[in-house]
Amino acid sequence: MNKLLISPSPHVHSGDTIEKNMYGVLIALIPAFICSVLFFGMGAIIVTLTSVSACLLFEYLIQKFILKGQPTIWDGSAIITGILLAFNVPANLPVWIILIGAFVAIGIGKMSFGGLGCNIFNPALVGRVFLLISFPVQMNSWPIAQGFETRYIDAQTGATPLALLKEAVKAGTPINDVMNAEGFVTYKDMLLGNMGGSLGEVAALALLIGFAFMLFRRIITWHIPIAIFATVAIFGGLLHIYDPTQFANPLFHILTGGMMLGAIFMATDYVTSPMSSKGMIIYGIGIGILTSVIRIFGAYPEGMSFAILIMNAFTPLINRYCKPTRFA
Amino acid sequence: MLKTFRIGGVHPPENKLSASEPIQTLPIPEQVIIPLSQHIGAPATPVVQKGDTVKAGQLIATASGFVSANIHSSVSGTVIAIDNIKDAAGFSKPAITIKVEGDEWLPEINRSDKTESIPDLSKEDIIKAIAAAGIVGMGGATFPTQVKLTPPPGSKAEFLIINGVECEPYLTSDHRVMLEKGEQVLIGVQLLMKAIGVTKAIIGIENNKKDAIEHLQGLATKTKGVEICPLKVKYPQGGEKQLIQATTGRAVPSGALPIAVGAVVQNIGTALAVYEAVIKHKPLVERIVTITGKSVVHPGNYLCRIGTPISKLIEAAGGIPEDTAKVIGGGPMMGRTMVNIDSPILKGTSGILLINDKEAQRKPIRNCIRCGKCVSACPMGLEPYLLAKLTMLNLLERLEAEKVMDCIECGSCSFTCPSSRPLLDYIRLGKGRTGTMIRNRKK
Repeated sequence: MNKLLISPSPHVHSGDTIEKNMYGVLIALIPAFICSVLFFGMGAIIVTLTSVSACLLFEYLIQKFILKGQPTIWDGSAIITGILLAFNVPANLPVWIILIGAFVAIGIGKMSFGGLGCNIFNPALVGRVFLLISFPVQMNSWPIAQGFETRYIDAQTGATPLALLKEAVKAGTPINDVMNAEGFVTYKDMLLGNMGGSLGEVAALALLIGFAFMLFRRIITWHIPIAIFATVAIFGGLLHIYDPTQFANPLFHILTGGMMLGAIFMATDYVTSPMSSKGMIIYGIGIGILTSVIRIFGAYPEGMSFAILIMNAFTPLINRYCKPTRFA
Repeated sequence: MLKTFRIGGVHPPENKLSASEPIQTLPIPEQVIIPLSQHIGAPATPVVQKGDTVKAGQLIATASGFVSANIHSSVSGTVIAIDNIKDAAGFSKPAITIKVEGDEWLPEINRSDKTESIPDLSKEDIIKAIAAAGIVGMGGATFPTQVKLTPPPGSKAEFLIINGVECEPYLTSDHRVMLEKGEQVLIGVQLLMKAIGVTKAIIGIENNKKDAIEHLQGLATKTKGVEICPLKVKYPQGGEKQLIQATTGRAVPSGALPIAVGAVVQNIGTALAVYEAVIKHKPLVERIVTITGKSVVHPGNYLCRIGTPISKLIEAAGGIPEDTAKVIGGGPMMGRTMVNIDSPILKGTSGILLINDKEAQRKPIRNCIRCGKCVSACPMGLEPYLLAKLTMLNLLERLEAEKVMDCIECGSCSFTCPSSRPLLDYIRLGKGRTGTMIRNRKK
């Protein structure tokens, strides 16, 4: 027998680790990735690989040469940032822009705060919004999904359903004319991902499978995504009832743009979302309202990224004032 | 749907290795060491002297104060020392050491196995007998039982809750007591009901002890007012506040005692001790202790004389395994590690758990990823990550406002943390400092 160890209780641990959660999220992202490869072909693979390897490389370099700590790239968080960044950009985005995005995401969005657990804003979204503002042309040219026929360079591009809608509203045409027009996405297309958009955000069904998996593995709880969906449904629904010619129905809003990807994978980011379930619901409602407002009344057709980033900023405040239900 | 408490909780691997091992009697050692402080409150005052001969069951130290308990000799023999010994944690504590000679009991103690019926006793008689027998809470809290049975003026008990939950992994002593001594336990329960003047008792048992639930349900049909309440398996259901909520739906307010919602909670082992004290005139000199651990050769449940060195119990279970890294008094979630395995078994020792090298190592501490799992796990609805952080910053006023004093130290937060952060270590520290601050303020 060796010397006896002394330690305070508890003496057992659940065995849960950062890796188990992070790699769980990665598994949950697989269906959506498969869908994007099926719709966008090589472009999806090139963009994702570039983004993930760039994120890993930047995190490694910063950890090693600037923070001078143990490299932590295999904890899975940088891979998730890489994938989410890739999922939030068009499948034909040039490699050099992706590199800039990855640098901003990891370097500014995450490591400048001290690495995993310290950042205020979702790193992938920091990168994405930086690119959206800096490279509006490239970030708004959506390749038309043609499977492996889709070319990475010089792809045929088209607008996203949300952008088409925005144009219609700006031009004063009733949105039904657009939505009922020949060639406009059907709900089946939205579920499967057969529409223009960022490479990982299109397949609602695949994202929902990922959601179910994360719930089953208890990686996340239902509060944030459901609060977002419910808010968008109520907010969009009321406007739709008020004037169906100007406001699309809520299901359309939930199934298009970054709503699914954002609500399930981005808003639920551990580090930047509130800790208590009550806080999570408030945060989700905030995202739902902001997204709807930006989409419907703002200049951008899409508002998920901004909404999440804005609510990220509110997270410390929510944590401060929104306490969990005490025992008594 | 099985009942349980409302918020938080975890489900650690149960590892009830010794659940099917019948209670065996541990041989009497050559000498016993009986500490004067085996309870919460003032240490007892010795009433014997070095050189005295004592019989088993004889009073050797008397309660000194309202919150204190009598101590009896668990063996017959000669008092060879009344001095300081090294306790399990390595601290110096006063104790009486007795060299064992034979096994002679006081004549008034009835040692037969026959279950006796309940004599007609008044409330005061029962409490007096309990106090005389030196009974303390046997789940590990060791609060003198007679004090708990005398509610403060102005409060009234409505029901008695018996804790047969045994939510700590590994431990099986209460389980075996319920199975093998169910009748005696139920008599003890009835005596306790009488002592606090209630007509209703609820025995809460987690559903991983189906045999005990069935056995007691069968017996309880013959006793009036005793209800067996199966509970969903969830840690820390044995926590007093959690158990009251699980069985009655009532929530004890922050900072209040169970009596605030009309409940008095007693452990299964205490109910058995009450039976023995009141009916058999036998003071608390023996108890059932689980000896267990993944590397232990023969995990089991033993009836041990109080004061027996823990090493003797380990020997009975096949000796101390080579890979033992921690010896824990109690369960893995709330038990305390020991430095001295020659220290004695006490009134509150429900189990001895040997943890091997592999399980004993804590993983390196990593950054908090703010996943919120500690918040969802906390059965008191606190925010462990925040309490730990506030402790690091030594912000005691904030800690108090964030209800650090409500923490029951169950360890669910540390258990669940994916970053292996020692949340409870910090919270305990913060709780201690905040408690000192509050006490100083009152002065």
